[in-house]
Amino acid sequence: MSAMNATNARRFLPAEWTGWHTAALIAALALLAGASPFVKMSLVVNGAVLGAIIALGAIGLTLIYGILNFANIAHGDYMTLGAYFTLFIVGGAFSSVGVEGAGLGPFTFGYPVLLALPVAAAAVAAVAVGLDALIYRRLRERGSHAVVIAMSSLGVAIALRGLVQIVWSGDAQRLPRESRSVYHLPMDVRLPPDAIFVAIAALALVSAVYIILTRTKMGKAMRATADNPQLARASGIEVRRVVRWTWAMGASLAATAGVLLAVYQAQMLPIMGWRFLIPLFAAAILGGIGNPYGALVGALTIGVASEVSTQWINPSYKPAVAFAILIAMLLARPRGLFGGRG
Amino acid sequence: MALLEVADLAAGYGETEILHGVSMRVEAGEIVTIIGPNGCGKSTLMKAIVGLVGVRAGRVSFRGDDISNRATERIVRSGLAYVPQSDNVFPSLTIRENLEMGAFTRKDDFRGRVDEMFALFPDLGSRPSLKAGNLSGGQRQMLAIARALMLDPELLLLDEPSAGLSPAMVGSTFERLRGVNGAGVSLLLVEQNARQALAMSDRGYVLAGGENRLDGPGQALLDDEEVARLYLGGRRAE
Repeated sequence: MSAMNATNARRFLPAEWTGWHTAALIAALALLAGASPFVKMSLVVNGAVLGAIIALGAIGLTLIYGILNFANIAHGDYMTLGAYFTLFIVGGAFSSVGVEGAGLGPFTFGYPVLLALPVAAAAVAAVAVGLDALIYRRLRERGSHAVVIAMSSLGVAIALRGLVQIVWSGDAQRLPRESRSVYHLPMDVRLPPDAIFVAIAALALVSAVYIILTRTKMGKAMRATADNPQLARASGIEVRRVVRWTWAMGASLAATAGVLLAVYQAQMLPIMGWRFLIPLFAAAILGGIGNPYGALVGALTIGVASEVSTQWINPSYKPAVAFAILIAMLLARPRGLFGGRG
Repeated sequence: MALLEVADLAAGYGETEILHGVSMRVEAGEIVTIIGPNGCGKSTLMKAIVGLVGVRAGRVSFRGDDISNRATERIVRSGLAYVPQSDNVFPSLTIRENLEMGAFTRKDDFRGRVDEMFALFPDLGSRPSLKAGNLSGGQRQMLAIARALMLDPELLLLDEPSAGLSPAMVGSTFERLRGVNGAGVSLLLVEQNARQALAMSDRGYVLAGGENRLDGPGQALLDDEEVARLYLGGRRAE
């Protein structure tokens, strides 16, 4: 009976999950419990929420890398674009037709943000697919080196950030919001209701990605193409279509991450996504580049580690913490915790 | 009209031309083997036929249609399947998922075809959710062939199907291939195990330096002294 339950439970775990990972999870929880007298739990919780946002970006980054062998430096700016597109829809289009509101239930934001989010995500997906057709696909088909393609995405990153700054200025902007009281939890944890929304939304999307990758034909074709693009073509898989869907999925996840970040931090800046680039790469590499499930674990680790570090070091060094973890990981285990493409 | 007709084909990578005008054909129902020394262009010929290497001159036609430089996925959908020499399964996908990818372009319900493949290769059917990366060399080769058969092709191209297999596995792989041919699929093989491959082939071609050297019925090539000396590893053992 218990054996059958174990088999059933396994179905909900990634296929890469082994006893080693269960042991690591238990060890991590034990470490947290043991550290609780010394570490502020509110930092851990805040780090986990940021980690969930990082995960949405890192999953897209790692999928694109897995399929195109290409490090998309503009991925953080797809996050930024998602936030500003949402701002544009909520502040412009919606408010002009009277769709307005903030402070939905316990949350600071209103239902217009929820309505605008999928539209903004689809728009960013269209931008990403368009930029691939315009720039990256041409470079790939010309046989350009991976470094050249990555550098061109650096150009795209700078251009997107510049465009956002031209249209919306460099000042902080915010989505319509009403202040809400935070929950006071044991161990001095102050939890804003928005954090719960962010965590649940991120978890739901990560689960959706898992279902797409393992249950749908296109998702399986994405994994097949990541394994071996030439064999994918020889199997009759239309790799161009797979590439388009991968961009669409990765970019809409990034856009959602940007909106969640804007909600959680109560503001948006043109540089917000660019600042997340190092945590995104650190999470993807920590989990094994090309491995979407690893990216989730990597993101939570990076999120918690950089938040907790602020207890002892200046918060402005947070990106340095992510960078240090990234370098340590590359030196110690270049293929990541879960094994990726190395 | 031949099923596959290659006429004066030139192909290569970048600056290097590997094939300088190769001609060959496969008739419906035949088993045809290409032999030749390493680097003579056997694998390049297969890749050029399926569109993974660009055709620079000449023509590849399949059932009378010119398929030169057509996109690989379109060629595959028209009934010409290809099993590469190495890396010929998707390692992170399960056995069943590998077969589903073989049927990617099929719009109909292909579950029956999966069951047929499991019946043909019982080793695969006994644990369909095993990852292909965990299979032995021989099992991978079986999965690669089964994956290619998912689209019910008329012609199957196999690049070194016996490479890296134990002598016992080589025999059983050739036995399976004969069975596949018996079911109406024409085969074009590139083989290092030239003696065994020619023995079951209707016809064979010898390539050297990217050009046709010799061709003829399989048995005739086996009996040819020059072929034996140059390409079959010395005189016949018997």
